[in-house]
Amino acid sequence: MTVYNLYIFDKNGILLYYCEWNRFKQSGMTKEEEAKLMYGMLFSIKSFVSKISPLDTKEGFLYYKTSKYTLHYLEIASGLKLIINTDNNAQGVRELLQQIYSQIYVEYVVKNPITSINQPIQSDLFKTKLDNFVKSSAVYLSKAI
Amino acid sequence: NSELVTLTYGALVAQMVKDLDNVDDVSKQLERLGYNMGIRLIEDYLAKTSTGRCHDLKDTADKIQSAFRMYLGVQPNVANWSAAGDEFSFILDTNPLTELVELPDDLKALKYCNIICGVIRGALEMVQMDVQSWIVQDQLKGDSNTEIRVKFIRRLEDAIPAGED
Repeated sequence: MTVYNLYIFDKNGILLYYCEWNRFKQSGMTKEEEAKLMYGMLFSIKSFVSKISPLDTKEGFLYYKTSKYTLHYLEIASGLKLIINTDNNAQGVRELLQQIYSQIYVEYVVKNPITSINQPIQSDLFKTKLDNFVKSSAVYLSKAI
Repeated sequence: NSELVTLTYGALVAQMVKDLDNVDDVSKQLERLGYNMGIRLIEDYLAKTSTGRCHDLKDTADKIQSAFRMYLGVQPNVANWSAAGDEFSFILDTNPLTELVELPDDLKALKYCNIICGVIRGALEMVQMDVQSWIVQDQLKGDSNTEIRVKFIRRLEDAIPAGED
C-alpha cells in the first residue's frame, strides 16, 4: 500500500499545505491551478452528494475510487479539509486523516502561536512531523497485497 | 491545578488595567484576547472530542457545556432559554477565573471574565455560527452566580470557491 499525496484546505478554499510522497504523474499545471481545480471539484462533490442523497447524511462525502487510486476526504466541523490519495488497497485511511488532524495539525499549527492559521503552513516542524508520521503509518508501510 | 491559571489570568488583567486608562478598553481587549484563543481552542476541542456539526442550538449548548468541563473543570447549567430558542445562558456557581479575586471599587465597571465571552464567540465563528456573548450576572459584583448569555445571530455560509466561472 502507498500514500501518494496530501492536500490540506482551509474553510475558504485556501491550500494550506501540499506534499507528495509517491506521485509518478504530475498534472501538468501549476500548484495554484491544481489546488483550485481540486477544491472546486471537492466543493461540487460535496454539494452533489448532499443534494442527491436519498437519506439525511451525517458525514456526506467520504472517498472516491478510480482504477488506480482512491481519494479520501475528511472535513472537520471547523471547515478544515484533509485530502489524501492512496492506492486502492489502503485500509484505515480515515483514521490516519483524523490522526493527522489531531496529532499533527492541531499540535504543531494551531498550538503554535507564531504560525498564523488560515494561511499556507510554513512551519518546518510541522513538515517534518507530518512526513515522519505518514511514513511510519501502517498505510504507508504495509506491502501491496 | 487551576490556581496557576487563575493567578496568571489575574496578573494579565492587572497589567492591562495598568496599561490602559479606560476600564471599558480593558474589557474590550479581554474579549478580543478570548476571541483569538477561541479560534484556536475550537480545533483542539474538535480534535479531542471528534465531534461533528451541531444540529441545533441545544446541541451547541451541550457541547459548550462539555468544553467548560474540559478546559475549566466546571460544569455550568444551561438555562433561561428565550422563547424563540435563539438565546440561552450558562450559569456557573463557581468560576475558576475569579476564585482568588476581589474587585476594588474603582474597577466596578470591569468585565473581569470577558475573556470567556470572547472564547465562545471565536470558537463558534469557526464552526459557522455568528453569536454574541456577554456577562449578565457576575459573582464579583455581588450576584450569587455568574451568568454568561449567548445569543445566536446567524449561520455563516460556506465559502464558494473563487474563480468558478
